[in-house]
Amino acid sequence: MTNSKKTGIDKSTALWMYQTMITTRKFEAECRRQADQGKLRGMHSSIGQEAVPTGICAHLKDGDQILGTHRSHHHCIAKGVNLNEMMAELLGKATGTNKGKGGTMHIADINKGMLGANGVVGSNIPVAVGAALTAKLKKSQNVSVVFFGDGAVGQGVLYESMNLASIWKLPVVFVCENNRYAEATPFEYSMAGQSVAKRATGFDMPGINVDGQSVVEMYHASKIAIQKARSGEGPTLIEAMTYRYQGHFGADPPLTYRTEEEEALYKSKDCIRRMKSYLIDMGYSDEEKILEMDEKAQIAVSESVKFADESPFPNLEELHTEVYVKYE
Amino acid sequence: MTQSQEKSRQITYVQAVNEAIEYEMANDPDVFIMGEDIAGGAGRANLGKQDAWGGVFRLTKGLIGKFGEDRVRDTPISEAGFIGAGVGAAATGMRPIVDLMFVGFFGVCGDQIVNNAAKMHYMFGGKVKIPITIITSTGAGTASAAQHSETLYSIFTHFPGLKCVSPSDPYTAKGLMTAAIRDDDPVIVFNHKLLMGRTVKPEMGKGIGFGSIVPEDSYEIPIGKALVPIEGTDITLIGISYTTLVCKEAAEELQQKGYSVEVIDLLSLSPMDNETIIKSVMKTRNVVIVDEDYPRCSIASDISALVAEEAFDYLDSPPVRITAPHTLVPYSLPLEMEFLPSKEKVVEAAVSILE
Repeated sequence: MTNSKKTGIDKSTALWMYQTMITTRKFEAECRRQADQGKLRGMHSSIGQEAVPTGICAHLKDGDQILGTHRSHHHCIAKGVNLNEMMAELLGKATGTNKGKGGTMHIADINKGMLGANGVVGSNIPVAVGAALTAKLKKSQNVSVVFFGDGAVGQGVLYESMNLASIWKLPVVFVCENNRYAEATPFEYSMAGQSVAKRATGFDMPGINVDGQSVVEMYHASKIAIQKARSGEGPTLIEAMTYRYQGHFGADPPLTYRTEEEEALYKSKDCIRRMKSYLIDMGYSDEEKILEMDEKAQIAVSESVKFADESPFPNLEELHTEVYVKYE
Repeated sequence: MTQSQEKSRQITYVQAVNEAIEYEMANDPDVFIMGEDIAGGAGRANLGKQDAWGGVFRLTKGLIGKFGEDRVRDTPISEAGFIGAGVGAAATGMRPIVDLMFVGFFGVCGDQIVNNAAKMHYMFGGKVKIPITIITSTGAGTASAAQHSETLYSIFTHFPGLKCVSPSDPYTAKGLMTAAIRDDDPVIVFNHKLLMGRTVKPEMGKGIGFGSIVPEDSYEIPIGKALVPIEGTDITLIGISYTTLVCKEAAEELQQKGYSVEVIDLLSLSPMDNETIIKSVMKTRNVVIVDEDYPRCSIASDISALVAEEAFDYLDSPPVRITAPHTLVPYSLPLEMEFLPSKEKVVEAAVSILE
């Protein structure tokens, strides 16, 4: 934190980061309530991991593309996808980001630079390389960022993608959100060498390990990586150490494979609480203004539910449309 | 004769595909191509080895010299990586052509094709288009054994979201390749190795034009339409890619025996031209489907079901399928010849129906 203070994050960015993270957390909490009511049909909560995409997306423009995973609500919110459309999508409504055809694991909004969440572990990684290839061929100065979990580190396509990105010097940042568990399997068991970041070495790209529960640290680490990509100097692999507070999915009881002590340890390093201290510490905000931000987040989330509730389900013809762009 | 027909000529299947790619690359800066050894010798320009191969079948020969290494990209042997990258490039505004050298290699990159290319448009509510063209080689008859000789059509046609085409000669190869590149959906183009001139049994290789006239000008053959190269009234033979030639040869022999034979060149496997099939079968009342793919859950089974469901009352005989047996492609020449659908098998089936 002292190091971050020296380099500094400007006030508006810092406030945006807090607002983004608190909005995400309240959105996810609301999703759980909607699921409990049977309106939202299953999801993977990102609570605890909000800092990772927030610190990164602070550096991104609309033209930059991000790609996510089955657990991607936090990526979407950090990239500016509309909350109303997100909630409508989760409730299967016609007004959703994907017109109700994608749901929680596939939210996409290419105009906002969200090139889609992907439910197959690791599957999105080469797609990000392709988006970066477009940027290079079109000389657009755009970058792409792909988020994946520690589970994806076991997928071969990650290494194919890192290799392609490196030999072609593509503007892509690989971000592993290491939340320690691939479903119920701990990374200590499944990952030889116990480090994702180290695996970058063989691909001739920087591999950095970051405290993913600190949005300030995420901001600084990703700033360098994104600048490097944007200036044509190739890819970076970031391993963000983080923790999901809830189970893999809604009904998963995580204490069957992890301990209360471990959960308490990571929750003690909560990204939102730490950002709150940072804002006060830096003189950017105070308790009262922070409460206002919390309220603003809650209002936005409540509005998204209202919007989704009032939206219609898709017409049944939608089952058959958009299988193809053109199919006479 | 139109002007373009006057300018037309007989060229090889390989040249025809090459022309289609070259024309599209010259006319659309968003089109680029990548794959293993599609140039060959990448990075060795200093040795004058930019275009060592031009693809394993020479489909892309000469393109790197014309368009440069940004748009003609040799890849590492990473099918999942570069086909996935093709999907990402397509989603963000390019029109990539990617080369899956042999269709059997689908096994290492199927996820990118069926879970991303096929699904992103629908899954994302129509907001993303994936105009990728995947070219791949198919077919037995080249002593390449079980992993390099398959014609895995139906595994792809099974997936909504993918289009699949299978040219049968240089004319259809150029027209379908052009249509595939211009299409906004993911299209897989199956190029049969025997049509591209590869064989261990020279009389089977179809290296030259085999009667197909190819205009110099660019043209499209619409995806989703079959052609009827031979019209007749007694029986319909349906061919796919190489087996269309088998059907044509069988038709010639059957005509000599006094039968009037209609041949359908299917060309598009997804979407499939059901209308042309049904119309023909309602006329001839008999049908033999000739498909080199494995028989289970195949295009041949699909057509057989279609005919049974929609033209049952018109049929004089049950639909007959001539396919590969439910076995793998063998190496040994006599075994491999036994594996392939042949003119003799088609004639025998047709005669037993018509006698």
